[in-house]
Amino acid sequence: MGTFQFIGENLPLIWTRTLEHIWLVGISIVIAICTGVPIGILITRSRALADRVLYVAAAVMTIPSIALFGLLIPVLSKIGQGIGFLPAVIALVIYAQLPIIRNTYTAIMNVDPSLREAAVGMGMTFLQRLRHVELPIALPVIINGVRNAVVLNIAVAAIATYIGAGGLGTFISRGISQTDPRQLLTGAIAVSVLAIVADFSLLALRRYLTSPGLRTNP
Amino acid sequence: MIRLDRLTKAFGSVTAVDGVTMDVPSGAVCVLLGPSGCGKTTTMKMINRLITPTSGKIFIDGRDTSTLDAVTLRRSIGYVIQQIGLFPNKTIEDNICVVPDLLGWDRKKSRKRAAELLELVNLDPSVFLRRYPKELSGGQQQRVGVVRALAADPPVLLMDEPFGAIDPINREVIQDEFMKLQAELKKTVVFVSHDIDEAVKMASHIAIFRDGKLIQFDKPDHILANPIDNFVADFVGGDRTLKRLRLVKVADAMQVAPVSVVAGDSLETAVARMEANNHTTIVMVGPRGRARGFLHLNDIRGKGGVVGDHVETLPGLINVNDDLRNAVSAMFSHGVTWLACVDDEGFYKGYVTQRGISQLLGASYRE
Amino acid sequence: MTTSSSPASSYTSIVSSLALVALGAWAASSGLLGTILSYREDILYLAGQHLMLVAYSSALALAIGLPLGIALTRKPLRYHADAITQVINLGTTIPTLAVLALAMSFLGIGAPSAIFGLTVLTLLPIVLNTIAGLSMVPRYLVEAATGMGMTDRQILFRVELPNALFVILAGVRTAIAINVGTAPLAFLVGGGGLGELIFTGIDLMDTSMLLAGAIPTAMLAIVADFAIGQCQYWLIPRGVNPLR
Repeated sequence: MGTFQFIGENLPLIWTRTLEHIWLVGISIVIAICTGVPIGILITRSRALADRVLYVAAAVMTIPSIALFGLLIPVLSKIGQGIGFLPAVIALVIYAQLPIIRNTYTAIMNVDPSLREAAVGMGMTFLQRLRHVELPIALPVIINGVRNAVVLNIAVAAIATYIGAGGLGTFISRGISQTDPRQLLTGAIAVSVLAIVADFSLLALRRYLTSPGLRTNP
Repeated sequence: MIRLDRLTKAFGSVTAVDGVTMDVPSGAVCVLLGPSGCGKTTTMKMINRLITPTSGKIFIDGRDTSTLDAVTLRRSIGYVIQQIGLFPNKTIEDNICVVPDLLGWDRKKSRKRAAELLELVNLDPSVFLRRYPKELSGGQQQRVGVVRALAADPPVLLMDEPFGAIDPINREVIQDEFMKLQAELKKTVVFVSHDIDEAVKMASHIAIFRDGKLIQFDKPDHILANPIDNFVADFVGGDRTLKRLRLVKVADAMQVAPVSVVAGDSLETAVARMEANNHTTIVMVGPRGRARGFLHLNDIRGKGGVVGDHVETLPGLINVNDDLRNAVSAMFSHGVTWLACVDDEGFYKGYVTQRGISQLLGASYRE
Repeated sequence: MTTSSSPASSYTSIVSSLALVALGAWAASSGLLGTILSYREDILYLAGQHLMLVAYSSALALAIGLPLGIALTRKPLRYHADAITQVINLGTTIPTLAVLALAMSFLGIGAPSAIFGLTVLTLLPIVLNTIAGLSMVPRYLVEAATGMGMTDRQILFRVELPNALFVILAGVRTAIAINVGTAPLAFLVGGGGLGELIFTGIDLMDTSMLLAGAIPTAMLAIVADFAIGQCQYWLIPRGVNPLR
C-alpha cells in the first residue's frame, strides 16, 4: 500500500502538521471558553437576553465555514491579516461559541431550583453559589459543549488550510491538487484520528473532573 | 426571641401577608399552619429575607433584621427545605460544613462537629461522612438536611415543610428524632406545615393563617379546645378532641396515690379498701410497689383466703409518660374502662378511667 | 442535538445574521457591490449546481436515514441501540473535509464523490436523531397501544413516529445545516457549486469573486435553516410540539 509507505516516510511532517492543527484549535478553544462560559453564565440572568444571544450564535453557526473565512478575508485585509493564522483563529472562536454558550446556559438553568434556594437560604453570595453549587454541577454538560466545539473546530481547522493556516488539511489540499490519493488518505485519516482522540480525551477529562456524587455509574 | 411587627408583603395587587404581628419566645417550636396560599411560607421566608417585606419589621433578639446584611443574616439562621437541597457534588461532610466554611471557621473543628451532629440523628459518622447525597435514602438525606442547618449553631431554625416528602412511617421516626434533638438544643424554630397532626405533635405554639392574615396564635391545646372561629375549627378538623388526647400525658390525667393491696393481704382487707374508696376493682402490687395484678369486688365478696390466691392478670398497663391517645387506644383494644399506670420501672403510680378522660377534655370546653 | 426557536425569534436571528452579512459586504467598501454583481451569471449557474448537490444528497440521506433509523430501533436491533448510537457518534466526529477526501479517494474526482460524501455526512445525524426520538417515546404509550390491539405497524405510524417527530425533525435540521455548510467544499472534489467562486477568489486574492460566492452561500444556509425551522414549527401537531 502506497499510503502506508507515505505515512511511514513522512512521520515527522505529519507530526508537525498535527501540532499546527492542535495549536490552532487549542488557542481558539481557550479563547472561546474564556468568552463563551461567562456569556453563558451572564445570560442565565435574563430569559430575553438568553433567547437573543442563543439565536444569533445559532444563526452565525449555520454560515458555512469557508463562507465565513471568505467574509473575514476582506475585513482583515485592512490590517494586512487577510489570510493565515489570525482569520482562522477568529473563525474558530466564532464557531466554538454556540456549543459552549448553549451548554453553559442550559446546564446552569437545569440546576435544581431547590439547590439554589438552599444555597441562598444558607447565605451564599452570587459568586459563592456559582463556585460551590452551580458550576460544579454544570461542569459535565459544559465540558460536553467544549467537546462539541473541539470536534467541530478540528473539522473547520482542516478547511482553514485553504486560507493558509497550515495544519493537517494541507495533506488533503495537496492530495486534491496533485491528485495524490496517498496524501489525501493520510490527511483524512490523521485529522479523523485527531478528532476521535480529542473527543475521547475530553470524555475522560469530564469523568475525572466530575464530582463522584454526580456520576451516574460510580 | 423572634418578633414580627405588622409584617406585610404585597406582590403587585395581591397581599400575600397582611399585617402579621406575633412573638415567638426563645426555645419555642412555632408551627405556621394553613391551607396553601395562606401566606405561611412567605412569612417564614421574610425572616431570612429570601423575600423582602413590603412593610413591617422583624426583630431577632431585639435587633431589627432590616439593618443587617441579608447574607450575614442568613448565615446566622438555619434553613431546612422540603426538597432537602443537599448539594450532590459535595460529600455529606462538606454539605454539613457549608455554612461553617462560609463563615471561615476552622476546618478541623467544623468537621469534628459534623461527626457529632450526625451521631445525634443516629447516622454513623464513619459510614456517612464520606458518602454522597445520592447514596442516602430520603429519610437519611432529610436528617442530614436538618443537621446541616444546625452546623453553625444558629439560635434560630427555619423549616419549610421539612418532612413533607418523606413516607409516613419514616416521617414519624424523624419527627420524634427532631423532638429529641430540639429538647437538647432548644433552638427557636419556625416551622411551616399544612399538616395539623404534625403541628399538634411538634409545636409549642401554632399560628394559623388564612388569606395572608394571622387568625389565631396560641398553644396547640388551646387552639384545639377553643378554635377562634369556624375556619379554624374546620381546619383543625372535626376530630379535634381526639387530637387533644395527644397533647395530654397520662400522668396529668390519672388518679394519683391510689390504694392497693399486696399478695399477703386477706380478701376481707381488699373488700374493705374497695368499699371505703367506692371502687369495684383494686390493684395488687409486689413487695416494692410494682403492679402485679388486680381483683374485682364481685369475684371476692364473701370469700375467704388471701389476695395472692385470687389475683387476675392486669389486662393492660400504660406508662405515665404516654399520651392519652395511647391510653384510650389500649382501653379499646382490651375492652376495659380503666388502666393501671406505671412508671418506667413498673411501679404502680395511679390509674386512668374513661370517665376521667372525658371529664378532663370536657372541662376545658366549659372554661 | 436539538435546536429550539419560535418564529418571532427566528426573525430576529435572520435580521441579525443578514446584518452581519451586510456588514461584511459594506466593510469591503460599497464599490465592491457592482463588481460582485458582474458575476451574476456565474452566481446563478453555480447556485443551481449548488442546490442540485444539496437536494440530491439531502433527499438520498432522508430516504436512507429515516428507514434505517426506524429499522435500528425494531426488535432484534433495539437491544443494541446504545452500541449502534456510539458507532454513529464516532462517525459524526470525522471532519467533513476528511469525509469528502475519503469519498474522492475511492470514487475519484467529480459530482458522484461530492454527492456521496454529502449524503454520508447528512445521513448520520438523521439516523442518530431518529433512533433517539423513537427511543424517547414513553414505553407506557406503546404498552397502551398494544393493549388496545394495535399491530406493530399501527403502533409505529400512529404512536411512535408522531411522538418522535419533533426530535427527528431537529435531527433533519442539524443534518441539512451540515449539508449546506459542507456543500461549498464539493468544488474541491470536482462537484462544482458556489465553492468555485470562493476558492478561486481566495487563490486569486480576488475579494469580489470571493464575496460573490461567500455571500450567497451564507444566505442559502440561513434561509435553509429558517425554512426547516418553520416546518418544525408548523408541521408538528401542537400536542407533541414543545415550540407551540
